Amino acid sequence: MAEATAEGFVPEILFWVGCSGSFDARAQKVTKTFAELLIKCKIPFAILGNEEQCTGDPARRAGNEFVFQMLALQNIQTLNMYGVTKIVTACPHCFNTLKNEYPALGGNYEVVHHTTFLQSLFNEGKLQVKGGSFKGKKITYHDSCYLGRINGIYEAPRQLLEALEVDLIEMKRCKTNGLCCGAGGAQMFKEDEPGQKRINVERAEEIVETGAGIVAANCPFGITMVTDGMKAKDKQDDILVYDISELILQAGLEIQK
Amino acid sequence: MGIQQLVFLVVSAAVFFIAFKKYKQIYRNIFLGKPQIISDHKNERWKNVILVAFGQKKMFKNFIPAIFHLFIYVAFLLTQIELIEILLDGILGKHRIFAEMLGGFYTFLLNSIEVLSLLALVATFVFLYRRNLLKIPRFVKSELNGWPKLDANLILIGEIFLVTGIFLMNSSDGLLQKMDTSHYPFTGDLVISSVAGSLFLSDLDINTLQMLERTGWWLHLFVVYGFILYLPYSKHFHVFLAFPNVYFSRLEPRGEMENMPAIMNEVKGMFGLPVETTQDGQGDVNMDFGAKDVFDFSWKTILDAYSCTECGRCTAVCPANLTGKKLSPRKILMDIRDRATEIGDNIDSGKKEFFSEGENTGDPEYFRKNYNDGKNLFSYISREEIHACTTCNACVEACPVLINPLEPILELRRYEILSESAGPPDWVPMFTAMENGGCVWQMPEEREKWRTEIGSPS
Ligand code: SF4
Ligand code: SF4
Repeated sequence: MAEATAEGFVPEILFWVGCSGSFDARAQKVTKTFAELLIKCKIPFAILGNEEQCTGDPARRAGNEFVFQMLALQNIQTLNMYGVTKIVTACPHCFNTLKNEYPALGGNYEVVHHTTFLQSLFNEGKLQVKGGSFKGKKITYHDSCYLGRINGIYEAPRQLLEALEVDLIEMKRCKTNGLCCGAGGAQMFKEDEPGQKRINVERAEEIVETGAGIVAANCPFGITMVTDGMKAKDKQDDILVYDISELILQAGLEIQK
Repeated sequence: MGIQQLVFLVVSAAVFFIAFKKYKQIYRNIFLGKPQIISDHKNERWKNVILVAFGQKKMFKNFIPAIFHLFIYVAFLLTQIELIEILLDGILGKHRIFAEMLGGFYTFLLNSIEVLSLLALVATFVFLYRRNLLKIPRFVKSELNGWPKLDANLILIGEIFLVTGIFLMNSSDGLLQKMDTSHYPFTGDLVISSVAGSLFLSDLDINTLQMLERTGWWLHLFVVYGFILYLPYSKHFHVFLAFPNVYFSRLEPRGEMENMPAIMNEVKGMFGLPVETTQDGQGDVNMDFGAKDVFDFSWKTILDAYSCTECGRCTAVCPANLTGKKLSPRKILMDIRDRATEIGDNIDSGKKEFFSEGENTGDPEYFRKNYNDGKNLFSYISREEIHACTTCNACVEACPVLINPLEPILELRRYEILSESAGPPDWVPMFTAMENGGCVWQMPEEREKWRTEIGSPS
């Protein structure tokens, strides 16, 4: 973004990468995929790079409002300084915090999750899918809590899967009843409390039941958790976990414009 | 004035007096919570009341219990009309005062009540079966052991008595109408009680029938009075509180945790950002953050707790609970309610030992500052429970009366972290990394490393 501003270029959107997208090896792949899609669709975008900080979501949900406010206020300063108006992110947690929690602190932006963004590109005809390689494949979809139940976005990702002509098999617990992967509320960053089972294993069992060979996800934590769950069930080679953007890129789509 | 009329008046006065005191106490307990003004979005709130409270919208996520619950609920609403008649009859010493006033509509009304009462009776047996014989997971959790389980059964048994009373009254009355037209106004043929009457009561003489009719009438009345006195001790208080609770339920986006202006302003000050002085609570460094006891919650959270039906729909979908963790959102609500009741009872006991100083003004502010019994909510709720929550909102989505179990959990976490500097040790490195490096993990500042691996964006 700094470079863009220096060059006097005003990007259409800011791609908010997030901590996972920046540092987690698996999530980095999603970041790169989404960036490639944006480039292919000729959408001018910028990132904050090292000026981006964690949105503060895990701190706030853990109860640490101080750390949250520190990060959020710094981020808002940065975003406002660059005059950012529209943010796209591939992380539902970042999405939620930017969209729902920053306004009370003085940060007002149009915030879009990447699945919604891709779906609108698809609707506008900027992103086309031509007989993708996932056609007819059995795929199930994991609703992340922060995209689904918390922000009510169930259809955009499903419409993308529909566009890929996959054979979508819903799990028993989907949409408003979707089962958590176990990572939210800063659980990702601590050991589980004592119990019988890990939450991601419970979810993995449900995924296995569908008989699908691929799980489509929309959240970096979800991908980590579900992948671990597959390993726990020794299914990591039979059931693969992909972000929806990855499926789109891999499907061999045709870009117009 | 007849003896019956006298007994009625004395009993009624006593019941309403005792009930008034108890209900007032609960009202006071709810407002032990912090003041919060909820006066926005009136239309949306009424819409919720109509759809969710009256319309039972959330219940119908699960059809079988919803339909049986609906029978009991509609029967409950309709019998209120009959109850008004009973009260008027009782006060004025009349018999079926509405019969002449309403004519044919009265027949229709009584028939509706009879049909619904029968359906409610069926529902009662279904519920007794579901609660006690079917091992439905949400009904066999440990937090229901003891009183909550007995409570659920007691009200169902009460319902059986109530319906018995109604049918006993109506069927003997139907026969009496044919024997003594002057005292027993014609009600029209009633679908169920006329059959029941001719089956079981047709050989009885007028005195016995009169006695049975009175027994039914008093039984009906006593069960209702019993309910009125019993409800404040029961999860069935939701028959009243569900309505205000739905009205006052949270409308902000689910993903938005309540902002803490005091901390925001302090951090703004640290960064040299302008601080809006209109915000309250700023700069008070000795203030406790989050919640450790009922006084620290908004009154709405305590209303939530008193409205909880203990149905366990929240717990049944809680991922932590499903995988064997101790957390049960229902238990959190029950604990808050029990704690509020405990504090309320201690306050009303008038014992000085619970207050540190000053004159008891009866004001919530006074209790908040001076009440101390050496306990707090953490005496009820363990750390393990609040640490297990993933903030997934499944409980919020599930609750038929729009309770938000997540809010108090997060407020307790805030207290633990901000006021006690405690919490899961695993979180400490996360906080440090975020504070120092702006990232959840301790990472070198290379947020854009991935960029070099694709065609570079601007
Ligand atoms: S938000 Fe917390 S308490 Fe509620 S269902 Fe999810 S994990 Fe359980
Ligand atoms: S909080 Fe709601 S869902 Fe949970 S037990 Fe109480 S009434 Fe039922």
